[in-house]
Formats: sequence, structure tokens, C-alpha cells
Amino acid sequence: MFGFVVLVAAVVEVFALALGLGHEAAIIALVAGSIFAVIGYYSSSSIILRMSQAREITHDENPDLYHIVENLCIGSGLPTPKVYMIDDSAPNAFATGRDPKNASIVVTSGLVSKLEKLELEGVIAHELSHIGNYDIRLMSATVVLVGLVALMADWFLRFTWFGAGRRPSNRGRGEGGGGAVLLVIALVMAILAPLTAKLIQLAISRTREYLADASAALLTRYPEGLARALEKISKDTEPLEVANKATAHLYIANPLKDHKSWLNNLFSTHPPIEARIKALRAM
Amino acid sequence: MGYLIIVGIIVIFIAFIWLLYNSLVHSRVRVQEAWSGIDVQLKRRSSLIPNLVETVKGYAAHERELFENVTKARSALMGATDAKSAAEANNQLTGALKTLFAVAEAYPQLRASENFQKLQSELSDIEAKIAYARQFYNSNVMEYNTKIRIFPNVLLAKPLGFKEADFFAATEEERADIKVSFAK
Repeated sequence: MFGFVVLVAAVVEVFALALGLGHEAAIIALVAGSIFAVIGYYSSSSIILRMSQAREITHDENPDLYHIVENLCIGSGLPTPKVYMIDDSAPNAFATGRDPKNASIVVTSGLVSKLEKLELEGVIAHELSHIGNYDIRLMSATVVLVGLVALMADWFLRFTWFGAGRRPSNRGRGEGGGGAVLLVIALVMAILAPLTAKLIQLAISRTREYLADASAALLTRYPEGLARALEKISKDTEPLEVANKATAHLYIANPLKDHKSWLNNLFSTHPPIEARIKALRAM
Repeated sequence: MGYLIIVGIIVIFIAFIWLLYNSLVHSRVRVQEAWSGIDVQLKRRSSLIPNLVETVKGYAAHERELFENVTKARSALMGATDAKSAAEANNQLTGALKTLFAVAEAYPQLRASENFQKLQSELSDIEAKIAYARQFYNSNVMEYNTKIRIFPNVLLAKPLGFKEADFFAATEEERADIKVSFAK
């Protein structure tokens, strides 16, 4: 995480140097970008919930589901999160929020209707583990940082475009040929940085899935429940309509039902489901 | 020089006690918090019992022994002061309730009663919650007790006033079969 922040700062610094704008410009850009980022951080969960067309459900609407959430929260010592439901027959679930006190669990109606109680418990425990391990915060923060890198790269490209005529006067300061090299490096970075940031985010997302699976097994003391749930979810061929590339990494299993290939593995938000089931069965 | 070394050792020793004390206090507070999680559910459970007994009495007034067992276990639970006795009383109550619900099967009118169904589902929910609260409590107790028992903490925990906490155990009684008798 810290490395990620350093990466963002370094990228911005190189951009500013390449433009001959100095450290001040880099700092201003970072501050402005950070303000965007903080706003995004605090509103991300409500945006995600709205994007997914999730509606909050009360205890009386679905007492069974609610009791599962309550019980597992007691077992893990977490405050009970808000429970949301998406009306879609594709079985899936995710958790979002900043910290355990501001967390929400979202399940699809298909998940509740297609899974047995023990399997549902496994899935809810997995989502609660994301909350308890502060993965929801980590994911929100990485999403924001990825966005920040993209934003900076975008600004840089615009600046080089519009500021091109101004540069000869700056070059009088004696940077000479070094400036051109720096500019090329910065251009390459502007293209590669958002991509790299995205890959880091995906790698984090994949490792956290394994951790949440393990924590869920510890909480329910029944890894087979989650294993069977994952099996059912992966066999279900229906894609989730409200999910998209931006929210796919949040779900317990990839809601988009991509084809398998080496490239898709590199860009996938989740480890292969067979590997997760195997890890659970080996517990 | 020797003077400095002695001062250094004393400083390290004090810092060690300081950190140990704080971490033990943290763990103990976590255990107490986890205990209150069980306690809430136990209180909820005891508060439902009189209502349940009244409801069942309305249909099966002659199952006196049954009510006595349940009521006895309930008052034992309410009088329990520590984790050990609470666990015992709670397990007793679980057994008595199981018997009561098994006997209730023989009274179709009782089973059909809305009030009875509500109480039954509420009690079974509480039972599940107690099981989870127990799991959380016991894992905290294990952490705390381990912290007290490991070396060198074991030398200092007692003088600092830290005692091992009791586990909230499910006894053999709970695991054993429940005897069902129909007092007719």
C-alpha cells in the first residue's frame, strides 16, 4: 500500500520535471488529485450501491438472511453491517464501505434462493471477513489510487499538448538534451503507469480473496459450505447484469463470466475458482 | 560506564512491564466485551422463558416436571455470577428446553399456536447466537490466557493482578441424548 503511494508520487514528479514545471507543480497536482481522491473515498460505497441497484432490506423482510448476518457478526465480533439485496437471479455477493462501522453487505436474490443455509453462511462469512480484514478499505483506497494515477497521466498528456509551445523558454535553464530524454520517459510512464497501477490492484484483489476464504472457514468452522457455494456460483452461467468492469473485483466470484486465457488471468480480479475450492477442501 | 548499563537495564525492564501491562489490559477488556456479547443473549433467553412456560401450560398443564426443570435452569442461569456457572446453567436450560420442545410435538394444538411458534423460532435463533458468541468469547479467552501463560509474562502477570479467564464450555450434558418422557 505504501509502495503504491510512493509510486503515484514518483510518477507525478517525473511528469512535472519533464514539463519543466518544478516541484511546486507536482505538489499542486498531487494536492488537487488527492482532494478528488478523498471525495471518491468517502462516497465510493454509496456510488457502488447505487450503481448495483441494491436496496436495503430490513430484518422483517428476510429474517433468515438477517439472522445469518447477525450470528456471524457475533462470532467475529463485528458490528452488524447494513444488508442490501440486488434483484437478480445470478448468485453473487460483495461487501463495501470504509471500515466495519460503515460497512454494507450486498447479496443477490439469486444467491439467497439458490444456496442452502450452510453455503449462504459461508458466503456471508467470506464477505464479513473482507470487512473484518479491512479489505473493503484497501480496495476503496486502491481504486482511488488507480484513479489518481490515471488522472495524473491524463493531465500530463494534456499539458504536453498545450504547453508544447512554451517549452523553449524553460529550456534556457540549461536542461538541454536531458529534458527530451525525460520527456520520453514521462510519456512512456504516462501510458504504462495506469496499466501498472491496475495490475497491482488486481494482484491485491486476488490475494485478499484467498485470505477472506480462509477467514470465512475459521469463522464458520465449516469450509465445505463455502466450497460448495463457490462451486454452485461458478457453475451458474448467468451473468450479473448490474455488474461491470469497475465493480467486478468486489464480488465473491467474477460476475462477468469471462473466458479463460493467460491474458484474462493476468487481468482477472479473482483467483481461479477451482484453486479456491481446492484450498478450502484441503483445510 | 557500569552505572549507565544498570540504568539502561532498569529502563528496559520498566518499558517491558509497561508494554506487557497494557497489552494484558487490552486482552482482558476484549474478553469482557466478548462476555457481554454472550450475556446479552443469555438475558434475552431467560426473559422469554416465563412467556414460553405460560403458553405451554395453556395446552399441557399437567407436564409439571417439565416446567419445573425449565424454571429451575432459568433461575440458576439468572443467578450465575461467572462464566463457568453461567455455562453450566445455560447448558442445563438448553437440555430442559429441548425436552420441552420434544414433548410439545405431542400436542398439535400447541404446535399450531402462533405464539408458541414465534417463541420457538426466537429461542432457536438465540441458541444459534449464543453458539457464535461463545465461539468469539472462547477465542478471546484463549488469546488472553496464552498471553498470561507464556514466558516471561507468566512471571509478571500474577503480581500485576491478571488471572486466567474461564472458557464458556459446552458440557457433556449438552452433547448427550435428551431423555423424553411423556408424563400422562
